[in-house]
Amino acid sequence: MSADLDRRELVARLVARRGAALFLAGLGSPAWDLAAAGDHPQHFYLWGGMGGAFAMGLGLALARPDRRVVVLTGDGEALMGLASLATIATQRAANLALLVLDNAAYGETGGQPTATAAGVDLAEMARSAGFPATFRLERPEAIDAALTLLLDRPGPVLVQARVDRRPQPLVLPPKDAVLQKLRLRTALGLDRSPP
Amino acid sequence: MSASDWSEAAHAALARAGVGLLAHVPDAGLARLIERCTADPAIRVVGLADEREGPALLAGAWLGGTRGVLACQSSGVGNLVNMLGLAAVGRFPLVLIVTMRGEWGEENPWQVPMGRAVPTVLDAMGVRLFSLERTEEAGAVLDGALGLAFGSEQMVAVLVRQRLSGAKRFRVSGAGSGGSR
Repeated sequence: MSADLDRRELVARLVARRGAALFLAGLGSPAWDLAAAGDHPQHFYLWGGMGGAFAMGLGLALARPDRRVVVLTGDGEALMGLASLATIATQRAANLALLVLDNAAYGETGGQPTATAAGVDLAEMARSAGFPATFRLERPEAIDAALTLLLDRPGPVLVQARVDRRPQPLVLPPKDAVLQKLRLRTALGLDRSPP
Repeated sequence: MSASDWSEAAHAALARAGVGLLAHVPDAGLARLIERCTADPAIRVVGLADEREGPALLAGAWLGGTRGVLACQSSGVGNLVNMLGLAAVGRFPLVLIVTMRGEWGEENPWQVPMGRAVPTVLDAMGVRLFSLERTEEAGAVLDGALGLAFGSEQMVAVLVRQRLSGAKRFRVSGAGSGGSR
């Protein structure tokens, strides 16, 4: 059994290499992790819409093929959005990367086990859907390679990172989705003059 | 068959509105619209595995500056209800084109419950409803719905009534086996 990773450290190291990439966080702990790494106009945080993070990332990636799009989400949210692995693979979205922060539990609702606790392998599911690159990140020594995969390799990419369940300080991102939408579109050169 | 002519007017309206993305879970009544959009180099067609992907996909596309619409059968509306909350809370424009089942000459009773619930469910989620019943109105109805959605960041649904799109016929054997429409 390998030592599980620190999710906050992993996300902080990812965001430190942000560049022009856009980050979309699924609801719950991944959104708090991304906020803890420092809020930014290139971030969008979901507070609901469970199961939609992968599809939303695909929409953004298709609209902006000039940008890397990285979706960070939890194992529970990913399991609810499994259909999108097929859709993403079919669309061959080369600029889309998915990072599943897998603690094998529904962290916001009491820590009930998810299917990954029973061994369901999301990386293998993505591989069999047709993703050209998938990776199970389980050791700190492999973090750099995983970040390169997420940020630089032709996608779609899925990295399933086994993270620990230690409680983390709650860091909340903006709750207002309209605010988040307008600032991200403004960062992309859309909505230059908000009404 | 005149029942399919609305697709030509609908595609023209999508082009006028600058739509660059058609997401869909197919329906027999949508086949011609999907074909027309697939043949249009300005529109990317994304086949979804589940209608629930649609509102999230369109929200992401809007974030990146692309206007999209989601086309599905009435039964698919039941699959996407919670995801409408994303469009509502983010004031993301959302356009649904829904081919109705279970309301006009339906031969499959399994289509009836969700078909009957569609207007109530969409209304409850804050989606503005447009009804398309006659081919000659298709362009105007689509223009109105698309204009409201993209111009005022609203959620709209164009319900293509089964009287227009046609009831699917079931034939057990012989030349008409399966009956496609």
